[in-house]
Amino acid sequence: MTDKIQVRGLDLFYGTFQGLKQITVSFPARQITALIGPSGCGKSTLLRCLNRMNDLVAGVKITGTVMLDDADIYAPGTDVESLRRRVGMVFQRPNPFPLSVFDNVAYGPRLHGERNPVTLRAIVNDSLQAVGLLGVEGVGLGQPALSLSGEQQQRLCIARALATAPDVLLMDEPCSALDPIATAGIEALMQTLVARYTIVIVTHNMAQAMRASHRTGFMLLGELVEIGATERIFASASDERTRDYLAGTFG
Amino acid sequence: MTMPRLLAPRSAQRVAMTLMWAATAATVGLLLFIIGFVLRRGASTLSWEFLFSSPRHSGALGGILPTVVSTIYVSAAAVLVAAPLGVAAAIYLAEYTKESRLTRVIRSGTDALAGIPSIIFGLFGFAFFVTALGMGWSILSGGLTLGLMILPTVIRTSEEALRAVPRHYRDVAQSLGASKWQSIRSVVLPAAAPGVMTGVVLGIGRAVSETAAVIFTAGVALKMPFSPFDSARTMSVHFYTLTMEGISDDMAYGTASVLVVTILLINIGAYTIMNRLTRKYR
Repeated sequence: MTDKIQVRGLDLFYGTFQGLKQITVSFPARQITALIGPSGCGKSTLLRCLNRMNDLVAGVKITGTVMLDDADIYAPGTDVESLRRRVGMVFQRPNPFPLSVFDNVAYGPRLHGERNPVTLRAIVNDSLQAVGLLGVEGVGLGQPALSLSGEQQQRLCIARALATAPDVLLMDEPCSALDPIATAGIEALMQTLVARYTIVIVTHNMAQAMRASHRTGFMLLGELVEIGATERIFASASDERTRDYLAGTFG
Repeated sequence: MTMPRLLAPRSAQRVAMTLMWAATAATVGLLLFIIGFVLRRGASTLSWEFLFSSPRHSGALGGILPTVVSTIYVSAAAVLVAAPLGVAAAIYLAEYTKESRLTRVIRSGTDALAGIPSIIFGLFGFAFFVTALGMGWSILSGGLTLGLMILPTVIRTSEEALRAVPRHYRDVAQSLGASKWQSIRSVVLPAAAPGVMTGVVLGIGRAVSETAAVIFTAGVALKMPFSPFDSARTMSVHFYTLTMEGISDDMAYGTASVLVVTILLINIGAYTIMNRLTRKYR
């Protein structure tokens, strides 16, 4: 099992507040890793370090290294835009642009200079196919994205992220705005996508981590308390804090 | 202890509703009254001939074609100045600056600029463009002056429109590999376009109807303008001159009617375009 991403000694400060403390963790290729923990524990912050979205927040300072394959993404001179193509992100709420289905998916490729209509059409079809939206009743290419259902919108957002041909997919509580049936649909989709992509998912929902991930990491107060195979974490976590959290003693 | 009640909640609600309805009706009523008043006084003069012929005897006879053309030129020049500057400034303020002392100074400066009486802009334009820069009374001087005058309107409405675009549009675009500028150009600006348009249209409305700022800068020449350096008399200046010099009340109200209808058409046109833009994908 090769590691797609290796984080070493990562510290993150918002001004004087330390949001992440000495995080060292690796994310194996083509596995689903879930990050769980109470609100404010830093799990979303860690996720956003992996595609440098924290760069957009004023006053954030990051030290340590994040290796994607063999390159440190925080090395000076890193092309952040092409990094973000390789590490796609799906957000908490379905957030398609107020454009057509086609234009949403084609957004990334067009950004990176793809103008050929045939190629664009093929990328859009492949991406929609991958998320199970191709040929679905009521999801025409010219349809306004905002007219789709919540689950369809979230699938579309995943397709939009896939269209830039990433290796890694970061999912930040992708089901928190969805009902249980839609959640099950997205979880099933993750199981098919993992054959091609490395997935890191942040979730509030412990049952979701148990159902849908290979590995689970527990975070608390900016620290990664422990990480391991999901069955082991849920059956016999080695740290008392993890056991207490999973038992519902706090959080 | 409960306060003695003047009115039962239900009656109070009814009174409030009635008052608000009356206020709304008064606003619309006033608009219709003014339009009706102007059109009725101008009706006897209005004709295609009036619209499409040149004035004779200082405007006592003939039509108003040169003033219509001048109005279009001067307003267009103003928009060409104010729209790019205003939108660029708004993008800078809304997207590239953090809220700070400096931005507050810029913003209150913009507001103060919006509050300066138009005749002061006229005097400034006269001193600066007409005299100091030697542009003379011309469409160029008038357009530049009006452009500066409507700039604050364009900046503030555009800035509000940009700020109203949900934060996550920017995040999503950048997560897909867009640079900051790409995210602004491809997602934020289109989403803000209706609001930006509103600002520009409000600006056009002010430019078309402005009198004081143009009379000192574009001048009062009644001939058809052919170059940006020609002096030109806009419709509102023509109306002002016809009335103040007692040349012809009929001609004055005819001009006013055309002016009022033009402004109405600009507004209706702008709202139609905005509706199209916003409805497309929602």
